[in-house]
Amino acid sequence: MIDAAFRSFQAAGPMEQFEILPIVELTFGGLDISFTNSALWMTIGVGLIVAFFYAATRRRTLIPGRTQSIAEILHEFVANLVRDTIGHDGKKFFPYVFTLFIFILVANYVGLLPSIPGAPHELHTFTTTSHIIVTFALAMVTITIVLIYGFAKNGLKFLKLFAPSGLPIWLMPILVPIEIISFLSRPISLGVRLFANMLAGHIILKLFAGFVIALLGAGGFASVLAIAPFLGSVAIFLLEFLVAALQAYVFAILTCIYLSDAAHAAEH
Amino acid sequence: MEVEAAKLIGAGIAAIPLAGAGVGLGLIFGNFLAGAFRNPSAAAANQQTMLLAFALTEFTGLLGFVIAMIILYAF
Repeated sequence: MIDAAFRSFQAAGPMEQFEILPIVELTFGGLDISFTNSALWMTIGVGLIVAFFYAATRRRTLIPGRTQSIAEILHEFVANLVRDTIGHDGKKFFPYVFTLFIFILVANYVGLLPSIPGAPHELHTFTTTSHIIVTFALAMVTITIVLIYGFAKNGLKFLKLFAPSGLPIWLMPILVPIEIISFLSRPISLGVRLFANMLAGHIILKLFAGFVIALLGAGGFASVLAIAPFLGSVAIFLLEFLVAALQAYVFAILTCIYLSDAAHAAEH
Repeated sequence: MEVEAAKLIGAGIAAIPLAGAGVGLGLIFGNFLAGAFRNPSAAAANQQTMLLAFALTEFTGLLGFVIAMIILYAF
């Protein structure tokens, strides 16, 4: 049995888990719009969120029950975050930041679930946030909101973001390009941070799991040593459990900071 | 040199930023703890900034990882 597992590990490298596979093949006007495993796990994530919040808000009571408490804690947590970073203007961004935070949180955690043994490859657990197209799209939504809101609220004074007041005039030619480049790199860093964290974490998990199988397959004394990478993979899993929440938090907080920049650009 | 060998060497070199990210993370958490022990009542208020700094620093290391992945798989 171990031999078979060893062979299947050889077949599946650490990058195999990120493969996007179609479950229902669909084409629309020459475009491939198949329902893929990525779409499936995104749907599962959103379904879980909707089901949870439906259950939590179905019977609202003044003294909350367990489910309602969790929903209230999450709500309070994000509301505090938005209030502390953006201030009074932040209230209208609360729904966006809350949606973003919950979606990334659940997508990260759903990806950490173990696959059902023996399930076909396209039904294995899949982390949607480990694909840069997903995270970069989320980052671009944030930056688009920042740009539109920034120009709508401050007009051309939004450009003061690139030239802080009180700056000596001879510093302008140096600092303004730096500020512009740093603003332009925001969507990239926002998207790549989440994507690379998820990708790296899942590769490491898979590598450690692979070491266990490889050592067990070697037999003899080597199979006793398999306990070391096994404990290692447990430790990495705990770290990933922390990182999944932390990255959702960081994404939300950076979104808040960028929105706060847009809201207060004229006051600089 | 063979392209395959050069790729592997390049990916290895791209892992060097990990050293910088490690030093940076150590500085952040070390300094946060040093400050938190001196004034524990102010620690909770600064936790958010610490986590933000953690994420920004970690990103430098991850960029190295991304470059290694690009070298290995994209070319």
